[in-house]
Amino acid sequence: MIGGLFIYNHKGEVLISRVYRDDIGRNAVDAFRVNVIHARQQVRSPVTNIARTSFFHVKRSNIWLAAVTKQNVNAAMVFEFLYKMCDVMTAYFGKISEENIKNNFVLIYELLDEILDFGYPQNSETGALKTFITQQGIKGQLQTKEEQSQITSQVTGQIGWRREGIKYRRNELFLDVLESVNLLMSPQGQVLSAHVSGRVVMKSYLSGMPECKFGMNDKIVIDKQGKGGASDDAGKSDLGGGSGKQSIAIDDCTFHQCVRLSKFDSERSISFIPPDGEYELMRYRTTKDIILPFRVIPLVREVGRTKLEVKVVIKSNFKPSLLAQKIEVRIPTPLNTSGVQVICMKGKAKYKASENAIVWKIKRMAGMKESQISAEIELLPTNDKKKWARPPISMNFEVPFAPSGLKVRYLKVFESKLNYSDHDVIKWVRYIGRSGIYETRC
Amino acid sequence: MTDSKYFTTTKKGEIFELKAELNSDKKEKKKEAVKKVIASMTVGKDVSALFPDVVNCMQTDNLELKKLVYLYLMNYAKSQPDMAIMAVNTFVKDCEDPNPLIRALAVRTMGCIRVDKITEYLCEPLRKCLKDEDPYVRKTAAVCVAKLHDINAQLVEDQGFLDTLKDLISDSNPMVVANAVAALSEIAESHPNSNLMDLNPQTMNKLLTALNECTEWGQIFILDCLANYTPRDDRESQSICERVTPRLSHANSAVVLSAVKVLMKFMEMLPKDLDYYGTLLKKLAPPLVTLLSAEPELQYVALRNINLIVQRRPEILKHEMKVFYVKYNDPIYVKLEKLDIMIRLASQANIAQVLAELKEYATEVDVDFVRKAVRAIGRCAIKVEQSAERCVSTLLDLIQTKVNYVVQEAIVVIKDIFRKYPNKYESVIATLCENLDSLDEPEARAAMIWIVGEYAERIDNADELLESFLEGFHDESTQVQLQLLTAIVKLFLKKPTETQELVQQVLSLATQDSDNPDLRDRGYIYWRLLSTDPVAAKEVVLAEKPLISEETDLIEPTLLEELICHIGTLASVYHKPPSAFVEGNHGVQHKGLPGSAGSAESESPDAVSAGAATEAPAAVIPSQGDLLGDLLNLDLTPPATTGPLPHSGGMQMGAMDLLGGGLDSLMGAGFGAPPAAMPPAFSAPVSGSLYDLFDLDNGVGMPLGSFCPPKTVWLPAMKAKGLEISGTFVRHAGVIQMEMTITNKAMSVMTGFAIQFNRNSFGLAPAGPIQVPSPLSPNQNIEVSLPLNTVGPVMKMEPLNNLQVKKTLVVFLFRQVFLATWKDIPNENESQFQIKDCHLNSDAASNKLQSINIFTIAERTVDGQDMLYQSMKLTNGIWALAELKVQAGNPNYTVSLKCRAPEVSQCVFQSYEAVLKN
Repeated sequence: MIGGLFIYNHKGEVLISRVYRDDIGRNAVDAFRVNVIHARQQVRSPVTNIARTSFFHVKRSNIWLAAVTKQNVNAAMVFEFLYKMCDVMTAYFGKISEENIKNNFVLIYELLDEILDFGYPQNSETGALKTFITQQGIKGQLQTKEEQSQITSQVTGQIGWRREGIKYRRNELFLDVLESVNLLMSPQGQVLSAHVSGRVVMKSYLSGMPECKFGMNDKIVIDKQGKGGASDDAGKSDLGGGSGKQSIAIDDCTFHQCVRLSKFDSERSISFIPPDGEYELMRYRTTKDIILPFRVIPLVREVGRTKLEVKVVIKSNFKPSLLAQKIEVRIPTPLNTSGVQVICMKGKAKYKASENAIVWKIKRMAGMKESQISAEIELLPTNDKKKWARPPISMNFEVPFAPSGLKVRYLKVFESKLNYSDHDVIKWVRYIGRSGIYETRC
Repeated sequence: MTDSKYFTTTKKGEIFELKAELNSDKKEKKKEAVKKVIASMTVGKDVSALFPDVVNCMQTDNLELKKLVYLYLMNYAKSQPDMAIMAVNTFVKDCEDPNPLIRALAVRTMGCIRVDKITEYLCEPLRKCLKDEDPYVRKTAAVCVAKLHDINAQLVEDQGFLDTLKDLISDSNPMVVANAVAALSEIAESHPNSNLMDLNPQTMNKLLTALNECTEWGQIFILDCLANYTPRDDRESQSICERVTPRLSHANSAVVLSAVKVLMKFMEMLPKDLDYYGTLLKKLAPPLVTLLSAEPELQYVALRNINLIVQRRPEILKHEMKVFYVKYNDPIYVKLEKLDIMIRLASQANIAQVLAELKEYATEVDVDFVRKAVRAIGRCAIKVEQSAERCVSTLLDLIQTKVNYVVQEAIVVIKDIFRKYPNKYESVIATLCENLDSLDEPEARAAMIWIVGEYAERIDNADELLESFLEGFHDESTQVQLQLLTAIVKLFLKKPTETQELVQQVLSLATQDSDNPDLRDRGYIYWRLLSTDPVAAKEVVLAEKPLISEETDLIEPTLLEELICHIGTLASVYHKPPSAFVEGNHGVQHKGLPGSAGSAESESPDAVSAGAATEAPAAVIPSQGDLLGDLLNLDLTPPATTGPLPHSGGMQMGAMDLLGGGLDSLMGAGFGAPPAAMPPAFSAPVSGSLYDLFDLDNGVGMPLGSFCPPKTVWLPAMKAKGLEISGTFVRHAGVIQMEMTITNKAMSVMTGFAIQFNRNSFGLAPAGPIQVPSPLSPNQNIEVSLPLNTVGPVMKMEPLNNLQVKKTLVVFLFRQVFLATWKDIPNENESQFQIKDCHLNSDAASNKLQSINIFTIAERTVDGQDMLYQSMKLTNGIWALAELKVQAGNPNYTVSLKCRAPEVSQCVFQSYEAVLKN
């Protein structure tokens, strides 16, 4: 198991050092600094073995977190734990920075004591932790006996992510379907790979211990229902606001630990008791029938050894009534670029020498439109034999629909003990599609 | 609140100040002081001098202060054990506190104070806490048992904590169950033979139920524990798989990977024709792909594991090639791993896309990545025969870019392509030759020279090209020198007329002007071959080489099986068994897959991959350092041994020795033991080098299927007092046979033939004694065919094991290894024995022991005592090291044995005694 956990600043100074196992000595702290933080070349592996000691490291801004062990630990678990540790710290004091860590070092030690025992990760849900570890010192003394046992049963219980007795005057929930669409396209316009990775983020402000059921236009569910007749029509309270007929094939999805996985496995229904506040309900991935919001058509021509002519056309490919926002096209230029002239029909384009790229920004663009940029790039003559690698043209944008085609069909809330029903809950759904790595080779 | 100020106190006399503050009456000031102490501790300052003052602050009802003091205690208790006792009372009191959080805190901290004296006081409170009404206390106490076991295992057993811990597996609270499982698994690892983690269907059921209810971390503990279970039959296996599959949708990647491990393992037990088997295979792919959208560090762990999974069950991901395409912004470690998997998944169906991608990668910036991409193109050519032509043309395109490292890498892989498809792509040689001058890396130079030598007859100016390399012969690396030597000899054999001068030059450079024993040995061999029998030389040097195949870079099947059982763990990231990087007993147990483990026969159809290695050895080049292979130039990597060799005997000497040593091993004349039982005979240093050349075990053209290679001369007459042996390996009706023609070219009659096989990579051994009608009169020849089996001891030939090659050097190497290993084995495993009434001197003893394969690695004399350091390896692969003390005039010897498996010590000792007294 994890033998020790260290946090360093970018200079390699230790900010936090907590050792759980005897086989990890102080020299391990220095070994990591010398061999990884101060190493000349970039990190070649996130797991480094130095003198039979393994270091798992992640970097957040300029802070290094390193978990150390001498055993054959579950490597995936260690990384998951480090990420979780970052989440917990962020939830407590915001951004992970040297200053914040120094300011909260006592708190961090407390947290480390609580969420890692003898190197075994324990309950690390911020919701539960915050009930008894606070930034103003530990509650502890003030609690009544009931409160104490409530805390312990929550920390160890089946529903570790939610406490009892939550009350809201207005029961409300917000669903965000956030998708990032990834594309790699060949210069000829052939899709080399495309996938959507999506997340359903939920903000719930619900009283009591509500039981929720979430439905979407999952192909497997829709097909099943189609066969068995329209049995569950009541559920189609049309939250999605779109044509419910189409269904999408989901390649794979993963769920927050509140979702009953065995129920999903057997019935493919998503039921859960949600944590209070914001959390990520599910992640999913689709590869079929993706709506690619933009198409990039590049044309690069070398004119002699000192000049390049670049023409890039972008076409929007969605309903004309919808508007894409924050569009940015990044056209890489060679390192020996001396000057660039750009002409674009729409938006603003600039050559950024420090980034070796022409950045073309368009604020808004409706569907089924086309726009074009052309540039002349002057090159300094070099005797560098190495050819320019021609990095791909990348694109950023935001669209108000889900490129995967996912639609929320319903989210039902049941709370038997309190007197509010599904109809009393105010529900909001929003779809945002963003570009992930959206590249076209040129 | 800003705590950062505590980090900035670097004044002198700080300790004094802190002391005063710690003893202050004001609570706030005390707390401030303790915070400063913790801050100093964090940055590595020694504040242990403040121990009594800090411990004094422990008696407080301020929980925050208490936690800080505990933190200090955990760090320094070990350095001040006597003082630490002072804290015991508080702990015991806290364990009775009405607040469960405080009870848990006390029991958690106590376990971290690793002082023997304290552990005794810990037992009673711990016992209470294990039965506490509050689950939070119980789950903390469960982990505490593991802590205590780490300090004092005996105490834990005596106090019966293990039974209590086992009871907790049936606890009503899932988190208690999870922690109990984690603690028990860890304890069980250090007792490999105990039946601690008694996994039976009942406990399995409990664990599977808890799996649905506990935290993500608890699920990981439970899944990792489930993976150690061996189901009774395929039905049980299936039902467990069914209950584990829902975990594949968990958001935590570690839960997913641990579930994959359980499924991969239990799948072995399912019959392949079962519908469920196919369903399961299909279910595994999507979660594995999803892992690739995790953070880069996790992607790396996932990719390393996918690499294993793809080797074991390629069908799972065969349609998912695209997800392994490299993204421009991937960290380099992710890129390199993806590339590896792309090659593994490459097939005829997707090769066009893969090649297009690889070509794209070859123009990237990172040098390592570009090289690997170029190498990958070569591997595709070898793997997918239909694509070879396209790969070669892609490589030629890349050579045209003239980027130095791309060109060099391309040449290295083209050499491999030539090895796979001989006489097919020579048309490209001209292009390669154009780039001769730009090659500055040894591997590329060696590859180019190999190509020139191999195709010397088609390259008009081959002699000029090679001559140009010869000019700076002594500045070249060993690899290039060896290659150049071989290439020129090849050239000479192909075009003898014009190149006589060149070959003489290189032979004299290699033998007379070189300090490198490898080079000299090879030089002498060629020299002798050429001067005595050019025809034989041609047969040896220009012999047909076995084809290389893609399997060369696959992980060895048994290791792969073990690693599959370690999916998700560090072992799977390093691709090494845990014993290779974990010290002591922790997790060094070998794990195997059910069903297929331990048997060489293919019980299940899955084991075919394991069986393939023995059935079709010709496809795979056994290993590097294979001397015969090396001589025939199968392998461009020379053993990495350089250094001066004391000149022990010249050419004549060597030839003489060969007659002794070499023949001994073939005819069994020197040793009268029955053939199969006799382990390899390591003879005198110089003879060894030649002897190994004719060593039968080194895989001289093992045939594939019905193909029967022509007989080659294994032992020419003039080297062996007139005995000539030529032979080959064939297969008749599934039985491997060694066919030999034995010719007596001497004047006198030969009798008493016997044969012995050295241990070899394939476990080849004679199935019966050799039948040679003796006497064999002069000029008579006979055909002998010897059936072989593969049940002999298998020994993977590694450079180190080939120790007959250059004994002096090897001994040097060995001494280091010996020392390191000796230190590495814990002292508990040392045992001492006395051998009484033995009247040998150390040399004689050493010789005698050598006859039973106990080798003396080093000798030294201390105070009139001869110390012999010896090593032996048992057929089951266990190494033992021994120190033999021989005192002149004292008939009693002392043997100290160290071995990783102390059970064998007694047997080893008995054999020592038997041999020495005999």
